[in-house]
Amino acid sequence: MSIDKETARRAAYLARIEVKDEDLDALAGELSGILDFMEQLSEVDVEGVEPLTSVTPMNLPMRKDEVTDGYQQDKILANAPDAREGFFAVPKVVE
Amino acid sequence: MSELSKLTISGAREKLRAKEITAVELTQSCLDAAAGADALNAYCAHTPDIAIEQAKAADARIGAGDAPDMCGIPLGIKDLFCTKGVKSQAASNILDGFKPEYESTITTKLWDSGAVMLGKLNMDEFAMGSSNETSAYGPAINPWRREGSDTKLTPGGSSGGSAAAVAADLCLAATGTDTGGSIRQPAAFVGITGVKPTYGRCSRWGVIAFASSLDQAGPMTKDVRDAAIMLETMAGYDAKDSTSANLPVPNFESMLTGDIKGKKIGIPNEYRIDGMPAEIEKLWADGADMLRDAGAEIVDVSLPHTKYALPAYYVLAPAEASSNLARYDGVRYGKRATLQSGEGINEMYERTRAEGFGDEVKRRVMIGAYVLSAGFYDAYYRRAQRVRTLIKKDFDDVYATGVDAILTPATPSAAFGIGEMKNEDPIKMYLNDVFTVTVNMAGLPGVSVPTGTDANGLPLGLQLIGRPWEEGDMLNIAYRLEQSAGFVSKPNKWW
Repeated sequence: MSIDKETARRAAYLARIEVKDEDLDALAGELSGILDFMEQLSEVDVEGVEPLTSVTPMNLPMRKDEVTDGYQQDKILANAPDAREGFFAVPKVVE
Repeated sequence: MSELSKLTISGAREKLRAKEITAVELTQSCLDAAAGADALNAYCAHTPDIAIEQAKAADARIGAGDAPDMCGIPLGIKDLFCTKGVKSQAASNILDGFKPEYESTITTKLWDSGAVMLGKLNMDEFAMGSSNETSAYGPAINPWRREGSDTKLTPGGSSGGSAAAVAADLCLAATGTDTGGSIRQPAAFVGITGVKPTYGRCSRWGVIAFASSLDQAGPMTKDVRDAAIMLETMAGYDAKDSTSANLPVPNFESMLTGDIKGKKIGIPNEYRIDGMPAEIEKLWADGADMLRDAGAEIVDVSLPHTKYALPAYYVLAPAEASSNLARYDGVRYGKRATLQSGEGINEMYERTRAEGFGDEVKRRVMIGAYVLSAGFYDAYYRRAQRVRTLIKKDFDDVYATGVDAILTPATPSAAFGIGEMKNEDPIKMYLNDVFTVTVNMAGLPGVSVPTGTDANGLPLGLQLIGRPWEEGDMLNIAYRLEQSAGFVSKPNKWW
């Protein structure tokens, strides 16, 4: 499975990583190499095999639906690149 | 005094309890050793003030007769662990300046038991790498060199700073994390012991996530006994990690009897890979002989899906990483890129991530996004999850025949030179994990033990893979192997 320049552009977009147009060909080559390596998996007969989502046969535990923590606005905002008046600040989203 | 940092945990515990040394003296010795080892680039942050304060508290506890095993033991902490008020960046620029407001469960357990934090340790960015070369801090350097050479070697990765710091006696022990071999491969490259526990044994809360279904933290120590002592403190149920196992934690150290008579040790045929160096093959055969001489029964076993573990891992781990790393968006913590006028939130996301992530992380996040995208999800991601079921079943089948542990090489080679893989295809670097990655895929415990050296005098390690939750039994076999191998070499100090 080979990735072309447009597919590399799409993968970069899906990952929200800016890639310069002139770097897309090289990126496509690298991603193709990795996907070729994964291609070996098509040799395996997985007919009727369930996908593994948890290595331990364990159900996710339920807890009581109650408030156990909170009121930490200062701590939550402490590492924000831009926080104002108790909010995370971001560039304008709605035109 | 500078000799104190060379102690093991068990050795220091004895001297502390006998009041031959104080925790402050021991800590100062480690701080001095760490401060004088910039050439190794093992530490990315030193925390001497915290260390001395904790050491004083430890001395008070020891004086009062209330001294758990880890009390007063100076440790290095991998940069992947969130430590309150101390920068925790996963060796990434995207977390530039991030100081958590909270402490990971594992480090909380260590500090509660009286252990001392010397600082944070270098690693591959977001634990993605096998040579420490993807670190935003530059690579940690292996304290070992090839005989007659001053070529800088990698300490392995991703827990490379942890490995270098323990091997060079810049701490008594260190925490590591292991998603595909990131504790066991570096441990083997520097001649120390590294344990990846059963998935769910140690809480992942507060450990910066790479691939959540594979990540496990564990100890990196100077010997097997220390690993048993430290693992017991790190392990245990945590309600804050939904995959944490609610099982009692045994006293692992008390299980180190060295008696392995009648134990059944499997040798997997599929691990005899093409092009395996003769010295690795000999190391492996010698290890099997040592266990046989100690009374174990050596049996051939088959793990038929072994060759598919690495390609399946390189679907699943990037897929999980792309999801986990989506949180680094320039909004809540770390770096935010500078925008030009007229640019909006999409440019902020895309440029922040372009500037903040290194090349290997970007590659994996993009591959992950791709294999999870519509049209490819079934072909790649679902298929890899199904192959994972088969890999786990291989181990289940072997253990169902009464095998107690599986012996394999830890790595396909000794430590290689910094920059040697630079122009290679990324896949070549991924092959470092060929013997270790199956263990993460199946959620099993594994330990890497140094048992010999290569022709250049560099350490080589063997791996033991245990049954789920049987870390104690696995460590006892490792302890026997350690005794038989008698590996005591240390790197000559050049830094």
